[in-house]
Amino acid sequence: MSQASTEIVRISGHVGSVPGAGLNRELTVCKLVDTTTCIGCKACEVACLEWNGYTFKETTFDNTYQTMPETAWNYWNLIKFNEHETEDGNLMLLMRKDQCMHCADPGCLAACPSDGAIVQFANGIVDFQEANCIGCGYCITGCPFNIPKFSPEARKVFKCTLCNDRVSQGLEPACIKACPTGCLHFGTKAEMTDLAEKRAKQLRDSSGYRDAGVYDPIGVGGTHVIYVLHDTKHPELYGGLPRDPHIPLAVRFWKSPLKWLGNLAILGGIFGMALHYMLVGTKKEVPIPPDGQESAEKQEKHV
Amino acid sequence: MTTGAATRPQATSPEEELIPRYSFLERINHWLGALAYTYLLITGLAFWSPYLFWLVIVVGGGTVAREWHPWIGLLFAASIIRTFYEWRSDMRITDDDRAWGRSIRDYIENRDDRLPPVGRFNFGQKLFFWGIFYSVILLLLSGVFLWYTQMLPWSYRFVRYAAILIHSSVALMTIGLFMIHVYMSAILEEGSLGSMIHGYVTRAWAWTFHRSWYYQVVGKPGSKQ
Repeated sequence: MSQASTEIVRISGHVGSVPGAGLNRELTVCKLVDTTTCIGCKACEVACLEWNGYTFKETTFDNTYQTMPETAWNYWNLIKFNEHETEDGNLMLLMRKDQCMHCADPGCLAACPSDGAIVQFANGIVDFQEANCIGCGYCITGCPFNIPKFSPEARKVFKCTLCNDRVSQGLEPACIKACPTGCLHFGTKAEMTDLAEKRAKQLRDSSGYRDAGVYDPIGVGGTHVIYVLHDTKHPELYGGLPRDPHIPLAVRFWKSPLKWLGNLAILGGIFGMALHYMLVGTKKEVPIPPDGQESAEKQEKHV
Repeated sequence: MTTGAATRPQATSPEEELIPRYSFLERINHWLGALAYTYLLITGLAFWSPYLFWLVIVVGGGTVAREWHPWIGLLFAASIIRTFYEWRSDMRITDDDRAWGRSIRDYIENRDDRLPPVGRFNFGQKLFFWGIFYSVILLLLSGVFLWYTQMLPWSYRFVRYAAILIHSSVALMTIGLFMIHVYMSAILEEGSLGSMIHGYVTRAWAWTFHRSWYYQVVGKPGSKQ
């Protein structure tokens, strides 16, 4: 927003077109997570909690470095650990910072029924407006990354905002600020993609990770959080990162063909009944014939 | 059939003489169910389409509607289950019903005199009842998983997908059934709506639309001789 407001619109005493007018600026933001340099220190988790006003949650021990199974409504950023034994017998400790991916085609937004509860900004951030959230949980069904979480206390759903409040003021997200290894980067989508590709090439050429690459899944239109992975062929090794995420087919079917078929059927039904009323009219009781004998005979025949 | 003092009418009684059709408890249960369904319809349609989201405003807003919809759903289910125990013997589908179904065109075009004899309920009413009954079972089963969506582990997310499709398509089917039911009872068949309010129908009404039931109640003319 602040970038757009400094664009020059008019210049005094100037002949011809305004220099820079109509310039196509890259306004979309992106967070780059380089899983190959993450040490799992969890500084990003603490920064996230501090900035957003939550407290550290109780951890659960499951014989690994994993502190808790998944993100929570008041814990938006979690390092996913996985001890992975490679084919040549080496042990890799894979670490991935899990948070909202800020999809270009967000499943949560597609599924949400409440007016204005989920917004997507021009810079790519997908944010929940809890004031408008009714707590139905459809976004939980719509998300392919298991991110929106229901708060039993607030009866509403919460998730990472990509620090929308900071980014709109020209600051980096809190997690980026805290990262000690520089595995987290923040910038425009183009810059971050470029940086990620350079790092992936370096991993392929110099470090022997032949399948190293960038995770920016096209199934959800690309994401505004991208990963550098040692092994893009097996993203699920990184704490269950989906290989080909997309809005669930059931959600797409429900929100498009089923909805319009249903609406048409309802309108058709109303129209049909109105037509029936006009063409056929009401059913009226008829007088019983004397003694009901004649009809009784008819009755016997049927029985 | 415990409404009022139902006396078996004489053969010479005027046609306007009333015979009881729905007991007080049947009527209360029906209107409780109807009220619950109306609420579920309003809130459900609001969750269904953004063009209808304004509907929740009149019942207290989206958050309230989301809290209440499942509870009212339970109330509706309870009403339907009670109806099942009240009417299941009357709702059994017979050979006469199947014959009735084959000549449904006569029913649609108001040539009721050509139809096979009809008991307490006609085939259409029976289909409506069983449609609602089985829909309620499906809506309950799928509704639980929409009520507590967040409790399902990620690995069982297919249940959410199934629940959302089942709940919305079955709800749509009940809307179809509901519209036909309201049209037929409140507009099309004169005397039906009143019978569900005060419990009585005229003899002529019963003779016209539910002849077998009429003879059950007043006795067959032939058997008198």
